[in-house]
Amino acid sequence: MTTTRPQIDLGTYKYGFRDEERYVYKAKPGLSRRVVEEISDIKGEPQWMREFRLRALEIFLQKPMPTWGADLSAIDFNQIHYYVKPVERQGHTWDEVPEYIKRTFERLGIPEAERKFLAGVGAQYESEVVYHSLREDLKKKGVIFVDTDTAVREYPDLVRRFFGTVIPPADNKFAALNSAVWSGGSFIYVPPGVRVEIPLQAYFRINAEAMGQFERTLIIADEGSFVHYVEGCTAPVYSRDSLHSAVVELVAMRGARLRYTTIQNWSLNVYNLVTKRAVAYEEAVVEWIDANLGSKVTMKYPSVFLMGKGARGDILSVAFANTGQHQDAGGKAIHAAPYTSSTIISKSISKGGGRTSYRGLLKIYEGAKGAKSMVRCDALILDPFSRSDTYPSIEVEEEDVSIGHEAVVAKISEEQLFYLMSRGLPETEAMAMVVNGFIEPFVKTLPMEYAVEMNRLIELQLSGAVG
Amino acid sequence: MGIPLLQVEGLRVAVEGKEILRGVDLALYPGQVHALMGPNGSGKSTLAYALMGHPKYRVTGGRILLKGEEITTATPDERARKGLFLAFQYPVAIPGVSMLNLLRTAAKAIQGQEAPAVQLRRRLRQQASLLQMDEAFLQRYVNDGFSGGEKKRAEVFQMTVLQPAVAVLDETDSGLDIDALRVVAGAINAFASPTNAILLITHYQRILRYVRPHVVHVLVDGRIVRSGGPEVAEDLEARGYQGVLEEVRRQESMKGGE
Repeated sequence: MTTTRPQIDLGTYKYGFRDEERYVYKAKPGLSRRVVEEISDIKGEPQWMREFRLRALEIFLQKPMPTWGADLSAIDFNQIHYYVKPVERQGHTWDEVPEYIKRTFERLGIPEAERKFLAGVGAQYESEVVYHSLREDLKKKGVIFVDTDTAVREYPDLVRRFFGTVIPPADNKFAALNSAVWSGGSFIYVPPGVRVEIPLQAYFRINAEAMGQFERTLIIADEGSFVHYVEGCTAPVYSRDSLHSAVVELVAMRGARLRYTTIQNWSLNVYNLVTKRAVAYEEAVVEWIDANLGSKVTMKYPSVFLMGKGARGDILSVAFANTGQHQDAGGKAIHAAPYTSSTIISKSISKGGGRTSYRGLLKIYEGAKGAKSMVRCDALILDPFSRSDTYPSIEVEEEDVSIGHEAVVAKISEEQLFYLMSRGLPETEAMAMVVNGFIEPFVKTLPMEYAVEMNRLIELQLSGAVG
Repeated sequence: MGIPLLQVEGLRVAVEGKEILRGVDLALYPGQVHALMGPNGSGKSTLAYALMGHPKYRVTGGRILLKGEEITTATPDERARKGLFLAFQYPVAIPGVSMLNLLRTAAKAIQGQEAPAVQLRRRLRQQASLLQMDEAFLQRYVNDGFSGGEKKRAEVFQMTVLQPAVAVLDETDSGLDIDALRVVAGAINAFASPTNAILLITHYQRILRYVRPHVVHVLVDGRIVRSGGPEVAEDLEARGYQGVLEEVRRQESMKGGE
């Protein structure tokens, strides 16, 4: 049970490899009206979208940097490439994808996962989705799963009806940035009553140095439907920082159930500043399952607006901060209708000088009678150099509600380690077992394949070994 | 009798700078059950923790040998892999980790290879039924929400599954009702074999009616003041620790007077 000083060990990050850049188009670094217009031109977008982008740019330029969360002062907006187009056109079979990109996704296990247990896959490389597929039977049922650029062209009415309605550009500085320069991301529509029993997955890969990835995802689960969407992400290890700033909007119509799972594993030079929000109408259920393992800084608080009677929102987040990382994560539940319920469970682990923060909001509006909410945050600190803070915020305007709130910060217990070591487990294995046990409530929500991968990633994080 | 499975020589142990064990000697030979009795605060649990290598229990003198090999400075996991086991008096909960997961991982760590799943399952089922435990308990999280009795059973269960050469049972009997005590004692007797040794640490004589020790030691103030056959325990029961202690003091002062 020795404690050693934290050391940066990038060796444990196994997705840090990179490809040579062979791009069709790469915007010069920096952001201007011209860059935004260029992106819009290349995409050949309708006028309304071009105007949406330009309006968002103005908002971005006006808004100050947020200073209430993680330290963002080192982000240099002038150094970032805002748009990188890797290929002319998207592939619908892996053979249509350039060999070197295909190899990258093979190393990340995507085509194999697709064959084994996915109903549809989108693969984004830099700014564009280079591969997309959806099972025929789901297409026949009217399920739409395409990249968002394609959706703007092919399903303009659906897109215009919902795009930017859940998260308007003025929501925050980074939502504005995304709205100005967005590219790629997933668009999903599930028709009334259709259940997509097998997960749909999107995978996001940043390859270039000092790259900005700004995907835009919009998912609409129509009445009584069900869909589970999973996203994963990785990037190479570079000395200059990249920026990932996504906007994800979810709409769960009456009686729909929408589950959104993220396994974020960016390399340690990525700022991950993401806005995720859902609206849930009558009797709808939205589940955010959000794991943050990688990145230099993450600020992300998946939110649910419970707009209809009996709607439910569950937010389960896990954050792991190792040396040089700050995971500022949490969740928000806003009750705006009677008999709505929410749970926010946050589990964070810090190690090697890493820092985790839980930041959450529970808001219950007047009139949301019989609303129920449970907020629980557990933090596990693995050594004396690491840190964890909680910033819960609760605003309740209605009297007839039931609320539970619990926050527990625990140091990994010497007694637990001793107990497991007395059963023959070496110290790091014992620690991995305690940590995996700690996040078990999260892991058990994952499809089996992801659960196995998740446990492996945790062991890798704890092993400290190079390679 | 060959070499002892567990040998403790002049063991001195300090906890947070305070000396608790002041020279303890023990030798457990294959096939033996030793009982270590003593009043509260005599250092019984300190001995158990020190044998297993808890980092807070610092050995300041003497040594510990397992199967003739010195383990005084070995880590707890090394000791376990060499064949030492401790049944905890107060086992800690590990939420989120199932008993099955723990036992599978421990068996693999100790045996150096993964046991075939079927074989492990069979062994788990056998031992569980021996301890009259519902198999569903394998899916429960380690010691999480277990009653006092369940915890004790679970400790003995782990011992019988992992089959150590030397098992140290730290007050496994305390907190068990008479029926549970019989069941647990039965499992300990079934485990005892000519190739292993058991150190039964207890406050009461009660369990010794069911598990017959070959040797009984009395630990007082960090030293073994008496060792002998089962009659030592009976004597203790009759006269209490105070009685034995007074006799020991008398003998010591007589020795001092010579």
